[in-house]
Order: sequence, then structure tokens, then C-alpha cells
Amino acid sequence: MEQSAYKPGEHPNLPPPSNTVGPIAWVRANLISSPTNIVLTVLSIWFLYEIIPATLEWAFMDAAFTGESRDECRAKAGGACWAFIGERFNLFTYGFYPADERWRIDLAFVLLCVALLPVLWDRCPFRKYGLYFACAFPFISGWLLLGGFGLMPVDTDEFGGFMLTLVIGVTGITFSLPIGIILALGRQSDMPIVRVFSIWFIEFFRGVPLITLLFVASTMLNYFLPTGTTFDLLLRVLIMVTLFASAYMAEVIRGGLQALPRGQYEAADSMGLKYWTSMRLIILPQALKISIPGIVNTFIGLYKDTTLVIIIGLLDPLGVGRSSLADTKWTGLSNEMYLFVAIFFFISCFGMSRYSLYLEKKLATGYER
Amino acid sequence: MLKSLKIAVMTVALSVAGFSANAATLDDVQARGELNCVVTTGLAGFAAPDENGRWDGFDVEFCRAVAAAVLGDSEKVKFVPSTGKTRFTLLNSGEGDILFRNTTETMSRDADLKLTFLPINYYDGQGFLIRKAMGINSASELDGASVCIQTGTTTELNLADYFRANGMSYEPVNIETNEEGIANYSGNRCDLYTTDASGLASTRAALDDPSAHVILPEIISKEPLGGAVRHGDDQWADIGKWVVNAIINAEELGVSSANVGELCAAAGNNPSINRLCGTEGDAGSWIGLDSNWAVRVIEQVGNYGEIFERHIGPNTPLALERGLNAQWTDGGILYAAPIR
Repeated sequence: MEQSAYKPGEHPNLPPPSNTVGPIAWVRANLISSPTNIVLTVLSIWFLYEIIPATLEWAFMDAAFTGESRDECRAKAGGACWAFIGERFNLFTYGFYPADERWRIDLAFVLLCVALLPVLWDRCPFRKYGLYFACAFPFISGWLLLGGFGLMPVDTDEFGGFMLTLVIGVTGITFSLPIGIILALGRQSDMPIVRVFSIWFIEFFRGVPLITLLFVASTMLNYFLPTGTTFDLLLRVLIMVTLFASAYMAEVIRGGLQALPRGQYEAADSMGLKYWTSMRLIILPQALKISIPGIVNTFIGLYKDTTLVIIIGLLDPLGVGRSSLADTKWTGLSNEMYLFVAIFFFISCFGMSRYSLYLEKKLATGYER
Repeated sequence: MLKSLKIAVMTVALSVAGFSANAATLDDVQARGELNCVVTTGLAGFAAPDENGRWDGFDVEFCRAVAAAVLGDSEKVKFVPSTGKTRFTLLNSGEGDILFRNTTETMSRDADLKLTFLPINYYDGQGFLIRKAMGINSASELDGASVCIQTGTTTELNLADYFRANGMSYEPVNIETNEEGIANYSGNRCDLYTTDASGLASTRAALDDPSAHVILPEIISKEPLGGAVRHGDDQWADIGKWVVNAIINAEELGVSSANVGELCAAAGNNPSINRLCGTEGDAGSWIGLDSNWAVRVIEQVGNYGEIFERHIGPNTPLALERGLNAQWTDGGILYAAPIR
């Protein structure tokens, strides 16, 4: 026999049987492994066949990329009219921000990326300085966007489009995590006042729809404030969105805290660590790690909820799109508009979700099966 | 949820509205240097931002006219976009100084919601848009139809009234904005779209094949559209009222943005024009403004005919005829009180 020619322990790795590898095997295992599977495969292929060519035809082959109005688009091609998005791109991106000052938004966006890099990537060169910069970033970007101190002041009601989404989303995400952690710890605290306050806060904000909060922020607050006081609408919205997200965040983190075995808390106590030290060194690192999927879930939810601000008259991308459709030149192009906005949100949210997977993998320390 | 929310907000809003009404809106606006004008989030021809983010449209021009009269510059307007639900709350809470948002004047809004309506600037009526293929020629054949309807509007109430009065039933498909209405109607999610006839014209123009759709002959309601201010500041209401009247009177008197400089340079033979121009009498001071207020309005914005032609007239995609909105001298019902 041929096999006996190998000495014990020196047997080479043989290739797997040919019917278990390669495309044919993959098709067999995944597409036609059972009658149900065969039916599903056929249905899926038929479904894709119906959808994909028509979509491509509409979006690319039969689409008009230039034109001054919907009628010009229609004269050129029967499909999508991307000229609409092209003409309105600046409005979608910058909202009503003064045209001469838009470089400030671009710069703030670039700085946002620079600031995020050291926060999100722990092997970033010069990470320590990068983190200092990230701490300073909110102030720098606030100055860039709002102006003053040498720059032309811009009112927040001129914010709009993707830029508004990013402002609300990034602010909400940045502040809701720490506030959520504090609330989660407060809810488990032994101090009755802190505990009762945290519970009330969380239950109130979780129990009220975000639209209601935004509504209160936009119109009701004026009734309660002294006459004549104005309090920036965007700031009110930012506060409401942050508090709303914090309440959800607190419950997600509480889940993480409760998943830790009691022994971890006791071990921290027996080391003689004070409350905050034990939280910082032992409890929170583990609890937050467990909570990552939930935290990112909340972030994504918050990010998408920013579209609700249209109810109170702030024009986010969806709002800009809707009012653009009211331009007599472009009415009726809602498919193009919604698709464009959907792509933007998908890219942002998918990015967040991939990052959370990366983080989970990186921090995995042996619990997974 | 939205409905109960709206009711709750309205209730609280109304119960405290009296306290927050600021008496000297004119002073506030002049001190701020900017007029906060409540408009729609977008309605073709009436208010929409262009590609540079500049608001434009029939309603928008009236905002600009008030700014021209009060601040001297028609560009000094901050537009506060609002949905049908938030518009009155924004006005009553002081977020907006004045509202031009194709809003129907009704008794309940005037008295119960504590608004003061400005003169009507567009006479409209509610109609129905339907597919020709359905073979329906009259609104009386609409029993059982599904209807796309904007919530929080008078059209919603008119629709219910009309179907009840005629013993028919319908299935409402609730929408929030006109744009949503177009999308739902063209996506076959409702048989009918109903809104003001002016809105139907623009909706029909926006559909892929306008000739496949027909606006039914019945107009089921009166929709006198006008601007509004909140209760509690009569001087401010007067300013709004007379700016609108000046715009309408200017057309009647033949004063337009092209000839206003010439006609108003010095007092002429027509006393009505002189009073409008401020070269005779003291109309401006009665509303707390200078004597040139109306000249600025007409110079920077134009008269009623010009505004109409620019945004919704026969040469625009909306292609609306003057109809009821012609001057009373031309067979319409635009009949502005004289400035004297």
C-alpha cells in the first residue's frame, strides 16, 4: 500500500475530497441541499431576476444625469433623474449654510475624522496627542460651525442637511454614553436619592416618545421661559436627543452590569478598592464590553431618529429632500430623493455596525464558544 | 399617537398662550433686525427653497413684503418651516412673528386658537384628483374610495363633512405633507387625492403622465387662504393687514415694481396712488412705520399680479388662472380696503 510509505507522524496533509470543496460543492451544500432549499433558491433567483435588471435599468442605463428640470430629464430618459440630486447636492450637504462659509463645514468634517481616528483605533500613531485633540474637538468644531472670534457668526437655523444629521448624531452619541453610564450606576446605587432620581429619569425619558420631547423642546419651552428669552432651537433639540438616548443607554449598560458575576464586585471590594476605582478598573471595562452590541444599537437608533427633527421644522436631509420636491422644477422625483438619503444613512449605520463587530472581536477574551 | 399629541400640545399651548403674547412685536422684530416668518416645509409654488437654499414662492413673497415694510429689506427674513400640526403653536409660542402658510381662515382658528387673520391673499377650494381610468366623473360617485388626506388641516374636516352629508363612506390614508401625498397617490395607495385646488394643480403637474389624471369638477369647500398673527398685538396685526392690502391695492391702481419709482417720486394726480406712495397723507405713521413703507414693498416684492405671475400664474408649471383671485374690477373677488 502506498500510505505505508510514510513514517509515523510524517503523513502529509491530503487535499479534502473533491466533492466537498469548490463551487459545485458550495452550491450543493448551500443552495440545493434539500427540497425546501431548492424551492427557496429558485424563488430567490426569480426574485433577483425580476428586481435587479429593472433597478439597474432605472438607476443607471435609463437615467438622466444632467438637466435643468424634471421635464428636461424626462425628455432625455425615462428612468431616474439624478440631475435633481446633483443640483441640490450642496443643499443636501450643507443645508442653508452661507455659501462662502461652507469651507468651515468641510474643515470641521475633516477634523472630525482626525479626532475619531485615535479614539476608535488604539494603534494609531501619536494616540496620546490625538486623544487630547479629540477632547478639544467639540470646542473647535463648535467655533467653526457657529463662528464668532474672527469668523462670521452663523445662526443654527441655517444648519441643515447631512451636516445637521452629523451635528445632532455626533453630539448625541458623544454625550449619551457618559450620561448613560452615570445613570446606569446611579440606578444600582445604594444611595436612595441618587437611585430614585436615576430611575425616574430613565423611566420618564424611555416612556415618552422622542417626537413629544422634540415638540416640547420646540414650542412648549417658550411658554415656561420668561418672555423674551430665546434659547437656541438646535441646542434644545440636542439636549432632548441626548437625554433621550442616555436613558436607553443606561438600560443597555445596566444589562451589562447585571451580566457580571457577583464575584467580580466582591473581588473588587476585597482588594480594598474604592467605589470609583473598582468601577473604573474592574466592573465597567467588563460591563461595557458585554454591552457593545446594545450600545451601538442605541447609537444607530439615535442617528436615524435625527430625521424626526423635521416635525419641528429643522431640515435634515429628508426635510431638505421633501422641500426640494416642492420646487416646481423638480416635483415628483421622490424615488431619487429617498434612495439618495437612504444610501447616506446606510453608509453611516453600516459603518458603525462594522466597527462594533471589529471592537467585539478585538476585545473578545474567551467567553465565546 | 400624533393626533393625541397634537391635542395635548394644543390644549396646553392655548391655555398659556395669553401670557406669552408679546405686545410689541414690531419693536422686537426691529431690534432683532430679522422677521421670523412661518412657512410650509415645502409646497410647490407657495414656498420652497431653491438650490441655493433661498426660500421662494407665493407665500414667501408676502413674508418678504412684511420684512420690506418693517425692516426696509425684503431679504431680512428668517423662515421657520412648519408642518400642518406645528404651525399655530410656533406662532403662538413666539417662535414666529407672522405666518404665511397657505392657511385657511376659519372661525375656530381665529377665535379659539387665538389668531388674527390678515386679508385673504388667495381664494381656494378643495377638490379631488383621480385617475381617469377609474371612469368616475363626479364626486358623488366616490362611495368607498380610499382618500389620501393631510392630517391637521381643514381639508381633513371638509372631506369628512362632504362624505357624511352625501351619505358615502371613505377610507382615509393619512399623510403629513403634500409631497407624501403625491408619492402615495402615484404609488396607487389611494384612489383619490384631495387638497386645495391650487395644490391639486401642482400635484397633477408632478405626476408622470398628467393626462391620465383628472381633477373632478366639484369644489367641496371654501378655502380662503391668508396670513395670520397671534392675538394680543393689534399694531402688529395692522401692519400685516395693510402690507397685504397695499400689495393688492397696488395692482388695482396699476402700480408695479417697474413703475413705482416713477409714480411715487412726487405726488401725482391720483390721490389713491399718492396715499399708497406716502406722498400724500400719513398712512405709514398710523401703523408705526415711515411714509415709504408701501413703496419699499412694491419695489422689492411687487404687486399682487406680479407675485401671482411669478409663482403660480399661467406661465409657471402650476398654471393657475386668476379666477376668483382676479381684482374685483376684472371679475374676481379681490377687493382690498382702501388706504386712506
